Amino acid sequence: MSHFDLTILVIDENAVRAAIIEDGLREAGHGHVTVVHTVTGIARVIEATGPDVIIIDIENPNRDMMEHLFQLTRSVSRPIAMFVDRSDSASIEAAVEAGVSAYIVDGLKKERVKPILDMAVIRFNAFSRLQRELAEAKSALEDRKVIERAKGILMKMRQLSEEEAYALLRQTAMNEKKKLADIAQSVVTAAGLLM
Amino acid sequence: MNTTDRTDLAAPALASGSEQTHLRAGFIPLVDAAVLIAAAELGFAAREGLTLDLVRDVSWANIRDRLAYRQFDVAHMLSPMPIAALLGLGSNPAPTVAPFVLGRGGNAITVSVRLFETMQALTGLADTASALDCAKALATVIAARRRDGDRPLTLGMTYPYSSHNYELRYWLAAGGIDPDRDVKLAVVPPPMTSDALAAGAIDGFCVGAPWNMIASEKGVGRIVATKQDIWASSPEKVVGMRPDWADRNRDSVLRLITALDASARWCDDPANHGALAALLAQGAYLAAPVEIIRHVLAGKFALDAKGNARVVPDYFVFHRQRANCPSSEQALWVYSQMVRWGQVTYSAEGAATAASAFRSDLYASALGQAPAADSAPQAADVFIDGRPFDPENLEAYIRGFDAPPPSV
Repeated sequence: MSHFDLTILVIDENAVRAAIIEDGLREAGHGHVTVVHTVTGIARVIEATGPDVIIIDIENPNRDMMEHLFQLTRSVSRPIAMFVDRSDSASIEAAVEAGVSAYIVDGLKKERVKPILDMAVIRFNAFSRLQRELAEAKSALEDRKVIERAKGILMKMRQLSEEEAYALLRQTAMNEKKKLADIAQSVVTAAGLLM
Repeated sequence: MNTTDRTDLAAPALASGSEQTHLRAGFIPLVDAAVLIAAAELGFAAREGLTLDLVRDVSWANIRDRLAYRQFDVAHMLSPMPIAALLGLGSNPAPTVAPFVLGRGGNAITVSVRLFETMQALTGLADTASALDCAKALATVIAARRRDGDRPLTLGMTYPYSSHNYELRYWLAAGGIDPDRDVKLAVVPPPMTSDALAAGAIDGFCVGAPWNMIASEKGVGRIVATKQDIWASSPEKVVGMRPDWADRNRDSVLRLITALDASARWCDDPANHGALAALLAQGAYLAAPVEIIRHVLAGKFALDAKGNARVVPDYFVFHRQRANCPSSEQALWVYSQMVRWGQVTYSAEGAATAASAFRSDLYASALGQAPAADSAPQAADVFIDGRPFDPENLEAYIRGFDAPPPSV
């Protein structure tokens, strides 16, 4: 039996991240992948799919519920937390850091599962990075917008050219040791009060 | 405020000399994390030369795993967790010991208002009925439901190795209910209990503060028993740590115990409860209404939304009656319940392992031995079913559960 025969269950409330993980598993040749976004009725899903590996995000408060379920059901026979090899502390820490947790049917060879977990860690991290970049891009866009508005206000109120208005904002930011966007926001707020 | 970004967690903590003085502490947002939170926020840890970085978490499984894999140095834990860990029970058991109990009390059992009304209708149960009478009334309802072919009731608790699981089971059994056969037990994360009850997903639950009070104030639940009713001197949460870490950082462990002792003393003083409630209510900690936390600290229980109330003396004991000292007897009681409910098979070695999870030796090294007169009063060791606990004859005590309790 090759490792592609493993049945894998992904539980993630974040549908986008779940899709990224599923994608990774399919790219790696895994055909038996089930994805759920809620733990409601999870006992039946586990019963029906009989997973060898369960991947769940660590921020899911239902991990405690899952572990209780494993005690009750025999469908996942003695599942154990992902940390099969305690000596491999670097990869364990990477997983916990990334926020991935997994349960594996006892007796499954570590070599068969490790590529799955490594992939999940990489994709979880990629997803976090993507989210961070998106948030940064959004805030950069907001900053640019507010700086444009502040420039416009200064140009109109003080009859400055665009370059002069920008230079004034930048000089003020430097003098007050603040971010350009913060000064621009103050200008916009103040103008709102004055005009 | 000392909080740590998740991204910083893997960084090695700052060390002074050879020992670590910068400690990362995981906690679950519950009132019984108060001693840890106050120690970090109000200078008790700083006075001992320690920095406590508190990291809020969402599940006991995470607390266990993050402690095992050194993201946490110490953690707010359910008292049975270190015992289960040493016995190798559950997922990912890694050696854990507890040198400090964070207090007693805080738990309660709540049933849905509808279920309580059925209990009253079938048995004439009074609004002021005792916890034991409530359990017996529930047994009557369960028998009636079985006759009518209704689905079994589902009751929520927090974790397989939790005081809540054992207290709920003890209460049910005292009322003549078999927790494995007569009801379904399910784990529900504490913040979801009230909504799960309102939605009818569960019919009752056993959980820590402030969640029982939140369900009763919302008018969805009726509190039928408190931890005090079941076993008053039962330890609730503990501070857990890896034994190898404790060995390497012995001085820091003793300082931590000293800091927690001072913090617990402060938390216990009713004069400080207003300030403590305000601290715990903050978004970084419990993010719960300050009024409810104040009531919880005072043991003022709104049993339901109809105005039935009850004051439970010592609902929270953070320090008095030597509440912070872990004892092997307490650990043995937890072990007796693990055996009773089939989580582990009894053995003398198992009992010895369980007892070794609670490190009263470390507690005594930091704070000294208690004079005999200072130990917990005898009255606190009364159990709801009147059964005396005998740690000297543990096996016989466990076997005794097969026979009906003396009070029934």
